[in-house]
Amino acid sequence: MDKTQLLLVVSVALFAMGLLGVIVRRNVLVMLMFMELTLNGVNLSLVAFGQQAGAAAPVVLVFLVFVVAAAEVAIAIPIVLLLARAKGTLDLAGYADLKG
Amino acid sequence: MGGALTVLFAVGAVAAAAAMLVARHPMRVALALIVAMLCLAGVYAALGVHVIAVFQVLIYVGAVMVFMVYVIMLLDVRDTSYTRRFSPLLVPAVVAALALVAALLVVVVEAPSAPPGTSPPPFGVRAFSQAFLDEYWLHFELVSVLLVAAVVAAIAVVKAGARRHG
Repeated sequence: MDKTQLLLVVSVALFAMGLLGVIVRRNVLVMLMFMELTLNGVNLSLVAFGQQAGAAAPVVLVFLVFVVAAAEVAIAIPIVLLLARAKGTLDLAGYADLKG
Repeated sequence: MGGALTVLFAVGAVAAAAAMLVARHPMRVALALIVAMLCLAGVYAALGVHVIAVFQVLIYVGAVMVFMVYVIMLLDVRDTSYTRRFSPLLVPAVVAALALVAALLVVVVEAPSAPPGTSPPPFGVRAFSQAFLDEYWLHFELVSVLLVAAVVAAIAVVKAGARRHG
């Protein structure tokens, strides 16, 4: 197994654990953190492929993913704060009335 | 040396991610995520992509995770989600995640590996800046529009909440 394959295996593991965490955890803030973990896994695969190809595009793409992640957190955290203030809980079970 | 460091930091990242899955308090999850991100920054530095390693520490650990930790401290209520960590979907989700890992691993293992002896040169700030502002300036502008939209949306969300709660 060469270095690229090792990094891809790690990125698959990080992505899968992030997805699993978003599905199984109940705390909204924890779910947000697992979303960041999936983004990190994708970034790692981008860098691994970029190293394999010797190209600049993946590095620029990773930088843009950083900015998108920062924007996502800037929106998500106020929404979580408002939800926690309105419902008095961070548990997803408390938000069942948001179902359409 | 670089290869051993890469393996070390990669194992550290996976271990920290596994610790995130079982940690009970959100603060411990956040600290495990910070460790995972620092390990990934180590991987990037060992690979020679120093620009990404620096931005990983500055943007992710320095901005995003500090914000997250701050909000966790702000919302430190004794919550039911602290005692009951997992949703009822735990078993099907684990099965689905294992199936996803298996499918992705098949693809990864069958992917063509790099031809030997073609290690790319270290990717410095100069190469990154030239690629970024020569070829990808449109993406840069689009991202700045996205950031402005995010700031306006965050202010709008906070104002809507303040209006509702008086």
